Order: sequence, then C-alpha cells, then structure tokens
Amino acid sequence: MHQVLSSTPEGIFTINVGPQHPATHGVLHLVITLNGETILKIEPHLGYIHRSIEKMCESLTYRQFIYVTSRMDYLSAHINNHACALCVEKGLQVEVPMRAQYIRVIMDELTRLASHELWWGAMAMDVGAFTPFFYAFRERETINEIMEETCGARLTMNYMVPGGVMADIHPQFQQKVKQFIAGYKNKIAEYNELVTGNVIFQNRMKGVGYLSTEDAISYGCSGPVARASGVACDVRKRYPYDVYAQVQFDEIIETTGDSFARYLVRIREMEQSVRIIEQLIDNIPEGDYQAKTKAVLKLPKGEFYQRVETARGELGVYIVSEGGTTPYRIKFRSPGFSNLSALNEMAKGGKIGDLVATMGTLDLVIPDIDR
Amino acid sequence: MQALTNRAQAVNRAPMTFWERIYLVNIFKGMLITFSHIFKKKPTIQYPEQKRPFSPVFRGLHVLNRDEQGRERCTACGLCAVACPAEAITMEAAERLPGEENLYREEKYAARYEINMLRCIFCGLCEEACPKDAIYLSETFAPANFNRSTFIYSKKDLLIPNPVTEPEAYAKAKGLN
Repeated sequence: MHQVLSSTPEGIFTINVGPQHPATHGVLHLVITLNGETILKIEPHLGYIHRSIEKMCESLTYRQFIYVTSRMDYLSAHINNHACALCVEKGLQVEVPMRAQYIRVIMDELTRLASHELWWGAMAMDVGAFTPFFYAFRERETINEIMEETCGARLTMNYMVPGGVMADIHPQFQQKVKQFIAGYKNKIAEYNELVTGNVIFQNRMKGVGYLSTEDAISYGCSGPVARASGVACDVRKRYPYDVYAQVQFDEIIETTGDSFARYLVRIREMEQSVRIIEQLIDNIPEGDYQAKTKAVLKLPKGEFYQRVETARGELGVYIVSEGGTTPYRIKFRSPGFSNLSALNEMAKGGKIGDLVATMGTLDLVIPDIDR
Repeated sequence: MQALTNRAQAVNRAPMTFWERIYLVNIFKGMLITFSHIFKKKPTIQYPEQKRPFSPVFRGLHVLNRDEQGRERCTACGLCAVACPAEAITMEAAERLPGEENLYREEKYAARYEINMLRCIFCGLCEEACPKDAIYLSETFAPANFNRSTFIYSKKDLLIPNPVTEPEAYAKAKGLN
C-alpha cells in the first residue's frame, strides 16, 4: 500500500499514498515526507481525474454547459447547476419566479444533507467505524428517492435551467419531504449518540489537524473547513442568492480549528439545513416554475461571476462572454482545491495515523478538485 | 489589533477519567444503538426481484414515439442532435415516398437514427427540444451487454412497438399495464 521511495540515514523518508488508496476517496496522490511517524511535508499531486470540464464548457451553449458541471462535485451536483444557472441568469437579467426559487433552495438543502450524510458515513469509516456508513446511506437513499421523483435522476439531477427549474415538483414532493424531515431529527440525535459523543472518536479527532484562522484565510479555505477555524464565510449569509435572504438560519462557526471542530460544523449544518427546509416546504408559492427565456440564449458581452455555497464551500462560476451562444471562457473556483491545499498546514508535525482522520474531515471530492 | 490566532480557543484535552479510559461504556452504548436496529424495518429492497416504482419524469433509455395510427413521429429535424451536450445523437433524413403514409407521419422522416448510449448523459435536453414529441426518456435503465458496439442504439432498438399491429407490446413499452 505505501511504497517507500527513498530514505536517508537520518530516517527521513518519502512515501506515496494513492493514487489508488482506500483512504483518499478517489484518485488523489499524496507524497508524504516522514521522519519516523511524524509528517514533515505533504504534497498533493493532482490531475488523475482531470477531464478539462472548463474547456469543454467553452464549446457548449449556455443551456448545455450546466449539465456538464454535475460531474465536477458529484455530491452536490444540484448546487453546481444552481451556480451556473444563477450566473447565466445574471447575464441575461432574467427574473426567476418565486416558485422556482423556493424549489431550488429546498433542493439545494436536500443535496447538502445528502452530501453531509455521505461525508459522515465515509468519515466514520476512515477512523474505523463501519456501521455509520450504512446508517448514512439509508438516509441518503431517502433523499435520492425524493430527488429521483421530482428531478428524474438520483445523482446527476439536471433539474436547473436558466430561468427556473426543468419541471414542476412531483405532487407528493412536499408530503415526502416533510415525512423525511420529521424522522430525520431523531436520526441526527442518533448520530450524535453513536459517533459524536463517543470518547474513542473524540480522542481520535480532538486537537488533530489544527488549522489556524490566518492559514484558513491565506489558503483561501471556505465552507465548513474555514468555518471550523473561525472564519465567517457562509455565502448563503454573506452574499445571499435566491430566497436565502428570507430564511432564518444560523451560520455555524467553531473556533478550535481541529478535526473535531470541522466534524461538528458539518453535523450542526445538517440541523440548519433541516431548519431551512422546514421554513420553505409549506410556503412554496403558486406560479410558474420557469421564466420565459429565448430558445437560444445569448449573454451580452462582459464578465459575470456568481458564487454559491456548496456542501464543501464556496463555488464560484466566472463566465467571460463575447456575446455569442457559447461562453468565451469559463472558470470554476472549486472549494475542494483550496481546502486540499491547506492539508499540508494541518497535518504537518502530526502523526501519519492522524492524516486519514484529518483528510476525512476535509470532505474531499476529487473530481471537484481536478475538474 | 488582536492577532487572529489569539481568538482560537484551546482544545479540551483534559485527561480521561478511569471509566472513559477503558472505553467499555462507550462501546456498550454504541452496541446498544446498533443492536436496536436489528428489530427495525429493513430499508433494503431485493433488486432485481423487487423493484421500486419510477416517477414519470425518470430519465432512462430513449424511446422514439409513434402516433395513434402507428406512424413514426420523428421528422429528422435534428433539434435533438443540436441540443445534446454529449453529441450522442446522429441521424439521416429521407423523404417519404408515395405509399408510405402509413409508416411516417410527415413528408420527411429519419432513415437512420442513432444514439450512442455510452456518450449519453441522460440529461433530457433532447426530450425538451423535440417539437414533435417524437423522443422521450423511458423508465428502463441499466442495460448490459458484451461489447461496446451494441450500445449504439439504432432505430430498431429505439422505436416503440406499433400500437396498431402490436398493441400488447406497445402497452408494455408505454408502461400502461
């Protein structure tokens, strides 16, 4: 599994973790310099799953390119689509109907729940607990069923179009979501009892992988990773989009900056997502689910930027338009890339056994980092 | 200005008590939760014997539609091919000859219509683009085969059975029964 590349008489040696390794959640390659068990340096090597999505988007129209972005961060595919749709709408200056905005935000939060579920299961598995994985996937399956019923697919939802959503919600959507939410609160309590409150787990996580506030800012971390270090960076609060300005929810901030703080931020964020859905689900206004747009979309000449909060952090979509039907240049600012770059800072000086726990709390999705 | 780092709290690393150190209490607590799940309802379903119903919007494999008289709806306008982000659809148009009115609904039809299912990302844009309701995404999914060439679906694989000559097969494909 770990291949020793070189070693010196002083005991400093280099090992490879990945690109094929069960703990890296994908094709991530870490070159680790060790002194005995202590980590001196970590260099992440990327590019194993680079598909040049940014370049591909340049040859696709504004309707088409949204669907390719589902393949970046596949766990929050819906939120990626949302970011792209918002950016195109900004260029077109389309007013999105309230009904569509409500549906979008509910779907976003369901996606966030599903993503955090999977993270929770995978993270617990990283530190050696297998049962949480099943519990997490059981709840995630319920969300996927709701998604499938309304959007038409389980993971790559493709539900967003510029100007609204592709289809109206399923007649049973509200009822099913409410049913899910009602049972879900007990589930979070169960998670807390099973994993969060466990002394063995806490011992594994507390004081490990410390990231200071300055480092979080200077590495451009966002999302739960930065919020665990005390940076208030929730895009939903700071730069609200769609109906996020109208809903009540707390921005979860922890100040300890260790692995346990990152864990707590995500667990408590799940509760906030539930809170947001509860506020919106009963009040979906009547009306159109899609604004009237032209068959062929043309953005005016200029540059457009839109940021959203995905489950992993801040996703930015930057479109340069020359006035045609396809973007001249697209850049995605993905949260995973910046969060991974801070891994060296977190793991340096720690033990190699703690590396996997630290990496688990980063919630890495490799296709998001490489695109 | 107060340095940012000073705002960080110290991590609670208080030494564990004896009961915490032996871990037994926590192991027992965890076991209690997991064992209680033995008596709960199973969330799994036994696929392929059992199947979950799909909603009408589910995006599975494509179907080329016919009208009530069994005539092909597709006029080979190419809008689906243009809308496709994955460039999975190709077609060749042909003109309807006299005497073929019972086969094709309009003067132009698709002589060849191919979808590469390995390229397709099942986004549903072809369905949205079609002005004639000729293509839609059905509820069948997960095809398996032995070589790649069989995943290029031609008209033979895509066309829905004729409602006039094969009403039973048509009803089954439509999911009516």
